[in-house]
Amino acid sequence: MPEQTFIVNGERVTVEVEDNVRVLWVLRDLLGVTGPKYGCGINVCKACTSHINGKAFNPCAVQVGDLSADDEVTTIEGLPAQASEGARGQHGLHPMQEAWLERDVVQCGYCQPGQIMAAVALVRKVRDEGRTITDADLDGIRNICRCGTYTRIREAIRDGETRM
Amino acid sequence: MTTTDGPRTVNRRKFIGYLLGGATVVAAADLGMFARGATADAGELPTLPQPAEIADLSDLLTLAAAPTSQLITVTINDDGTASFELPRAEVGQGITTAAAMLIAEELDLPLDKVHVTLAPARPELLYNQITGGSNTIHAMYTPIRVAAAVAKGALLQAAATVLGDSANKLTSHLGHIVAPDGRRVDYGRLSALAAKEQPEAVEVQLKDEGSHGVVGTPVNRIDALDAVTGTKRFATDLDVTDALPTMVCRAPTLNGTPNAVHNADEVRDMPGVTHVATVPTGVAVRASTFGQCIDAVRALDVSWNDGPVAGMSDEDALAGVRAAEGPVPALPAGETVSGDFTFWFRSNSAMDTNSAVADVREGRAEIWASLKNPNVAQGRIAEALGIPLNNVTVHVVQGGGSFGRRLFDEPAIEAARISHAMGVPVKLMWHRADDARVGRTHPLATSRIRACYSGDTVLGFQQAHTSIETDFRHGLGDIITAKAADLPAGLGNLPFAQVIFHLTTILPYDFGAVGQSLVETDTRFNTSSMRNIYSPDVRTANELIVDQLAQRMGTDPLEFRLSHLRNGRLRTALETAAEKAEWGKELPEGMAQGIGVHVEYKGVTACIMEIDCRPETVNRKVRNAVTGPRVTKATMVIDCGRAINPRGVEAQMQGCVNDGIAMTLTSSLHLRDGHFQEASWDNYFYTRQWNTPPELDVVVLESTEPPGGVGEAGVAASAAAAACAYARATGTMPTEFPINHQTLSFDPKPYTPPVPQSPTDGLDHTY
Ligand code: FES
Ligand code: FES
Repeated sequence: MPEQTFIVNGERVTVEVEDNVRVLWVLRDLLGVTGPKYGCGINVCKACTSHINGKAFNPCAVQVGDLSADDEVTTIEGLPAQASEGARGQHGLHPMQEAWLERDVVQCGYCQPGQIMAAVALVRKVRDEGRTITDADLDGIRNICRCGTYTRIREAIRDGETRM
Repeated sequence: MTTTDGPRTVNRRKFIGYLLGGATVVAAADLGMFARGATADAGELPTLPQPAEIADLSDLLTLAAAPTSQLITVTINDDGTASFELPRAEVGQGITTAAAMLIAEELDLPLDKVHVTLAPARPELLYNQITGGSNTIHAMYTPIRVAAAVAKGALLQAAATVLGDSANKLTSHLGHIVAPDGRRVDYGRLSALAAKEQPEAVEVQLKDEGSHGVVGTPVNRIDALDAVTGTKRFATDLDVTDALPTMVCRAPTLNGTPNAVHNADEVRDMPGVTHVATVPTGVAVRASTFGQCIDAVRALDVSWNDGPVAGMSDEDALAGVRAAEGPVPALPAGETVSGDFTFWFRSNSAMDTNSAVADVREGRAEIWASLKNPNVAQGRIAEALGIPLNNVTVHVVQGGGSFGRRLFDEPAIEAARISHAMGVPVKLMWHRADDARVGRTHPLATSRIRACYSGDTVLGFQQAHTSIETDFRHGLGDIITAKAADLPAGLGNLPFAQVIFHLTTILPYDFGAVGQSLVETDTRFNTSSMRNIYSPDVRTANELIVDQLAQRMGTDPLEFRLSHLRNGRLRTALETAAEKAEWGKELPEGMAQGIGVHVEYKGVTACIMEIDCRPETVNRKVRNAVTGPRVTKATMVIDCGRAINPRGVEAQMQGCVNDGIAMTLTSSLHLRDGHFQEASWDNYFYTRQWNTPPELDVVVLESTEPPGGVGEAGVAASAAAAACAYARATGTMPTEFPINHQTLSFDPKPYTPPVPQSPTDGLDHTY
């Protein structure tokens, strides 16, 4: 069986599995990294949103064979370490997670790891574009929340943006 | 109600609790004592037919009759924390947080020192373990406090010995008992000293509600930290040894069954696949990863027996409902307003798809799943496997949403059957496509209303609601009443449906001769309660006709409602909403406000929505999405009685607003060729960020009424407000919901294979 090597939350891992298995299952079923959630498997719901080399991606839509040994996958579990120690908040978490706690965004929580990872990437993206989050940016977020926490998500992203 | 007794500040009642024997303080309250009183008083239980025969019924009754059978317990641990196993399912509604707050309050312990977990199936609790009807806090408010108060009393007694002072001179402060001279001892140290060898009954008085310092204050969820760090565990996150990923290949028609599998050996040889087994609901595959399960499901070559609705479409289902409609009762003479509304099938699919872990070996079964009726699941699993009830252990796992769906247990039963057939543990997860297509639905219904008036008096208001059957075969949460509801031909289900309809769909206006009736037909679909059950449809139809009446009489919709409301709490809520929403403010052509109100769960809600139906908004484009009219502002006011956690109530109201908007504007299932077409969140259009109101205000009114339910309370008023706003903005009263149902806004995915393959181009879409 082929060996797959890449970096997960700062640690290089090697797994034996076929090339075509999507990264989501390698993370969840083989590596036990269960922060990224399954909600559709077809890159629609965004519950699995994680980062690859600092950008948001959906591991349900990437074959593990397409990753290289130096590709860095960050899941919600690895997000706190993405913030410098000084930038981490009262719970030792990434500023966006802290904003999420402050606003008590979570209901069932199932979609929230994906929401937070998407939010961090969105803030980085608009910052790269030299601007701040707009209502249109928030309207464009595709992550679904069946509990309907959208209002608090919007508030937390704006809050998290100022903390980041 | 005996669960609460009015304003306790005036008359503080004493309650009986128990101290159980053990190594530490284990304090208990008798749930049965409170529940019996409550149900007898409310007369809310339908008269049931005799239960059908079931295995182990006598065992169950013996269990239930034991003197300790109905106890819930609060334990003080030697590290100074308290533990409580909540006999309910947490699915996002916030009941673990509310329970922890009640305990923290009564025990005077910091909230983070209270651990609330979910109790496994406790068959002896009978109907005291159902999570439904937003009733948890209502039912548990007193018993939880009693148990905590008993524990506190025991700690005080023990402290008196340690501190050498009489107990009534001692006070408590955040996990310590403090003597008048300032000496203190912590609960952890006292817990062993306060432990009893023999159980004893104790009389306690609860803390005055007026002095509550935790209850009634806005608090963050106790599981939020786990959720935002990705460590909150749902069923599919559990690490149960050898429980490998498992999925089911399902029929191309709803509830079709497998006839023959033609390539089982070939599929078993696919990478990662370990087992293939046929079960009544389809063909199960087990593999190292869910990705390999998807490959295997797609590769299976199966012949199927058609399901019971093969070939049918929405229109056929509607025709069946139409044929079952009875007459709308006659009204007194007068001017008439009428309406005939259709509500299409809606899905209660949660983000966390149907899933369960099962280990069935050697005549024993152990199951892990999010279940609102674990006792029913336990009984059904025992029955399905032909093993004694006592050999089935059911663990209740946190659920990633429910919306009514987890009242039923098909994933748990399916997982048990699969594990049994394969002889190995399995982690069953439904694919999203299955969850949307085969999972339970809010049934298709029609609602016909006729109202008549003379001058400015409404003389009568009659509503005839006709629906595909809503499945209540979970009974009251215990296997006995579940079996009663299971009687053939809907006979058993019918009394449940009638009782629930008549208890929940109250018309809050003085409208003369008011009548509401329910007829249900057709048991072939997978239905269940969906958040707020009948009320969103019933109240949407009501409120649209209320607006028609107001218009005929030339009265403002707000004025009209205020002058006809029968409920003082609702009047206050509506007045508050009107002020907050600036009712009647100038809006451009194509925009309007609409009102919806509702009375349920011992509380009231009033919602005002502002909608934008201008072409530039309606026609805005979002890829693979439904846009359409946008609710630009929603104001929701709730009086839910004493709010345990106002921040949690606000969260539930926000969710309800989004549900109401979806039900009215965007989300439905389309039945074609005997199956539902929706297989993705880009097919089933639940509210998304581009639909949600940019402005959403929730007001939780102060109240001294006993705590009511909140999880579902706001859906009906929201759905109705969105519909009324839309009607006023467009000048046309919509008659079918959601309003976009006739437009299919996606390309349906095939029925065979039943699940779509995952894409591979994810790296082209990073941002
Ligand atoms: S599971 Fe990856 S986007 Fe839905
Ligand atoms: S919090 Fe439940 S799905 Fe988003």
